[in-house]
Amino acid sequence: MILHLEDFVLFPYNSYICIVKYIRNFCIIAHIDHGKSTLADRLLEVTHTIAERDYGDQVLDDMDLERERGITIKSHAIQMDFPYQGQNYVLNLIDTPGHVDFSYEVSRAIAACEGALLVIDATQGIQAQTISNLYLAIDHNLTIIPVLNKIDMDNAMIEEVKDQIVDLLGCKHDEIIEASAKMGLGIDRILEDIVNKVPPPTGDPNAPLQGLIFDSVFNSYRGIIAYFRIMNGTIRKGDHVKFVNTGADYHADEIGILRLRPEPRDVIAAGDVGYIISGIKASKEVQVGDTFTHVDRPCDKAIEGFTDVKPMVFAGIYPIDADDYEILRDSLDKLRLNDASLSYEPESSAALGFGFRCGFLGLLHMEIVQERLDREFNMDVITTVPNVSYKVYTTKGEILEVHNPSGLPVITTIDHIEEPYILANIITRSEYVGSIMTLCIGKRGVLKNQVYLTTDRIEITVELPLGEIVFDFYDKLKSISKGYASFDYHISGHQQADLIKLDILLNGDSVDALSTLLHRDNAYEFGRKFCLKLKEYIPRQQYDVAIQAAIGAKIIARETVKAVRKDVTAKCYGGDITRKRKLLEKQKKGKKRMRQIGNVEVPQKAFLAVLKLD
Amino acid sequence: MAGLYVHIPFCRRKCHYCNFFSVVTTKYRDAFFDSLLEEIFIRKNYLEGIPVRTIYLGGGTPSFVSPAIIDRILSSIRNYYQLTSDIEITLEANPDDVTISLMQQYRALGINRLSIGVQSFFDDDLQYLNRLHSAERGYQSIAEAKEAGFENISLDLIYGIPTLTNEKWEQNLEKAFSLGIPHISAYSLTVEPKTALDFLIRKKAIPGPQEEQSIEHFQIMQEKMKMHDFLHYEISNFCLEGFYSKHNSMYWTGEHYLGLGPSAHSYDGVSRQWNVGSLVQYIDQIARNDRFYQREELTTIQKFNEYVMVSLRTIWGCDLEKIRREFGVEFSAGSRQSAVPFIESGDMIEKDDVLYLTDKGKLFADGIAASLFVLMSNA
Repeated sequence: MILHLEDFVLFPYNSYICIVKYIRNFCIIAHIDHGKSTLADRLLEVTHTIAERDYGDQVLDDMDLERERGITIKSHAIQMDFPYQGQNYVLNLIDTPGHVDFSYEVSRAIAACEGALLVIDATQGIQAQTISNLYLAIDHNLTIIPVLNKIDMDNAMIEEVKDQIVDLLGCKHDEIIEASAKMGLGIDRILEDIVNKVPPPTGDPNAPLQGLIFDSVFNSYRGIIAYFRIMNGTIRKGDHVKFVNTGADYHADEIGILRLRPEPRDVIAAGDVGYIISGIKASKEVQVGDTFTHVDRPCDKAIEGFTDVKPMVFAGIYPIDADDYEILRDSLDKLRLNDASLSYEPESSAALGFGFRCGFLGLLHMEIVQERLDREFNMDVITTVPNVSYKVYTTKGEILEVHNPSGLPVITTIDHIEEPYILANIITRSEYVGSIMTLCIGKRGVLKNQVYLTTDRIEITVELPLGEIVFDFYDKLKSISKGYASFDYHISGHQQADLIKLDILLNGDSVDALSTLLHRDNAYEFGRKFCLKLKEYIPRQQYDVAIQAAIGAKIIARETVKAVRKDVTAKCYGGDITRKRKLLEKQKKGKKRMRQIGNVEVPQKAFLAVLKLD
Repeated sequence: MAGLYVHIPFCRRKCHYCNFFSVVTTKYRDAFFDSLLEEIFIRKNYLEGIPVRTIYLGGGTPSFVSPAIIDRILSSIRNYYQLTSDIEITLEANPDDVTISLMQQYRALGINRLSIGVQSFFDDDLQYLNRLHSAERGYQSIAEAKEAGFENISLDLIYGIPTLTNEKWEQNLEKAFSLGIPHISAYSLTVEPKTALDFLIRKKAIPGPQEEQSIEHFQIMQEKMKMHDFLHYEISNFCLEGFYSKHNSMYWTGEHYLGLGPSAHSYDGVSRQWNVGSLVQYIDQIARNDRFYQREELTTIQKFNEYVMVSLRTIWGCDLEKIRREFGVEFSAGSRQSAVPFIESGDMIEKDDVLYLTDKGKLFADGIAASLFVLMSNA
């Protein structure tokens, strides 16, 4: 590679930084499975950022969980060199998470970019998630480069999907890059368009420092590594910096750029992307979207768009073994080091003892936390029925935020309850609109808007209570649309609702961890289904187990798990002993993962039965 | 003392409930017996010189095989293994194979115990089970076996068959007693996965066994057996004093045993191993001198769990003193403690440091055993 000295500015300590006009910062907007990670890998490979042998499946997705689920949970960034027409360009790819639960993180990544690749799967067309992220990008004045991916597939609908993109962006047909990340088609043109169409960053390296934190990760040796984009000014190693929103100040022990591995630098200036390590111990001290600046020469104002992310879904997390409470606390503390969006506070349950009420960004986030507790900390936990946060207006005129059905004040002191609502955008084929509307209405939804994107693709906007989405909405949507519906939402406010508390009784004792708040009209059907599902999940035991659903003192549904009356194998000869022992050992292990409530043994999964109602 | 089991995997027809390894083709018969004789030789040191006190010819259907072949098998065993003078040699027989002359020939080969698969004395039950013989033949076969000179005869019965009413079950038991045989194995009909029975029940072509009915049959059986002085010496086994199956008792008392033939299991006090459950592979691997078995070494905990599991099923009970001696005091103390709720509920009793299941407790033998199990930490 030929370096042109005039393209660089010499800084003290013999280090070079790239001048702004050769930097391009971009992200990729794509729906899950539309090929974002494969495309990213291909870009890294073509620019020799990684050798082919370097990568596992996909480089940008770090966590095992992310790989398994095929989604990006945490965003990351990586820098590439791209020599083009005699110049060396520096391309910063900022990766974005691909799930509704993480839309705030997406918005901060977008704010760090000047351009975005809009990647659409030629076999699938545009999806709701893509559109909402695209609007975010357009709001931030990003240059959009449309890429039609998977054109090599037999079922690619090239012209049809191109029409959709033209409708959406108002671009020309020939501006859409036909690509196949898998086959390596169109990759050069993508890189050229990034250089030619995405504007270089603006920003003054001599102005007061203004850096945007768009992500952070926790490293057990180094503490927090925060990823930033410098909007204005210049940061040098050792600088004394402070974070505007948290007010905390640190010394930049190490700064650098993000290649496949972090590469330390002495100086990073406006327009560029990098990382900072400054002895920060926990991710909550570095909030995504926060601005950092010099203590001595601070910037006038913080970068716009910072939001303290609020949890949307709440659930109790309890250790299976009550003695593990302290270990659970330690595990959550550690988990929070690299998941700032997780919040928790101690609570106690009559049924489950001591545990924590946790706040999550969404259901997926909740599942991820539970799985990470299991995998990374070997913690067996019970997660209770999830719920949203309610505003309870008391007769005395107070407003209480209630995160837990059992935290509801005495009924006579409640004036009314408000629940959070969302506006949901659903894009689907016209043939599924009927059944999707039926689903939404069953969830107390109100149709707000309906737009035909093309002749057979339709976008509907529905106002729905968030509490209804929490349970099984997304799974149902997927199944009734045979996967041809995409879904995105944002919070739209609170509305008054006729909510009641439904309790579950096991052998006559109310189990607070199974209580739910729900709309009066849905209570009977819900109670019946809940009891049936619990009957399926609670194994037969020594005694009959009565499962009842109750509103106040009134029982509205009942099922019985019949007692085991016989538990003995007929044959136990030479060939049976090993198999039988293994079977019984497995059963015993399963039993250890159950929680004794009164005289009933309740398995872990029964607490989430509410998510699996038919 | 050690036991020797020989698996003869041929049947005329598969019974619908059976999940033992067997084939209905005779295609590989000659090759199989060559391989079996080879295995008898190959494994002659497995028992490390412990005298063999029992031989059990099971299957499959050993009575489907000519006395000449049985003779070769037994002769070869006598050649390579040290047998005790009081050896018990059992042959499993199907009623349709039993003739006086055949049984006399078996007797001449030294077989001194017969286990006859009668299952029921009613044709509709036998049909449900897809057995080949008739109720009448079942009855006659016992008489003929006796006439051929066998005294030590065991009879297999199955209860909990949907077609078997309580009255019919009582009659089955009465008939067995009237035949004057000293041993009865009685099994609750179990639907094993992937059997024809499992398939037919899931297809709803035939009804499946009902738990309630099986429990009633078990209770009827316990009562009747007592009336006729049969000892309930294992969950599914009853006998007159002195007529325990010596062979099967070895499985339950931790003795070593060598299993020959496809799918047969062996135990040498340290590990359990099982031969490949495929006739073709068995023949092929023995011919090529390949490893034809899998082996699993048992940890102390696993041995303990197995001891608890099998001993609780027997009349000899789970011996806490033996546990303390062989596994350590933590194990015996733990067992004693885990047993408390079952003693309180009347499912178990403790007498002279031995835990026994009560008649009531026998219905919960698996769950109770699992409660006494020790799990490996972090497993």
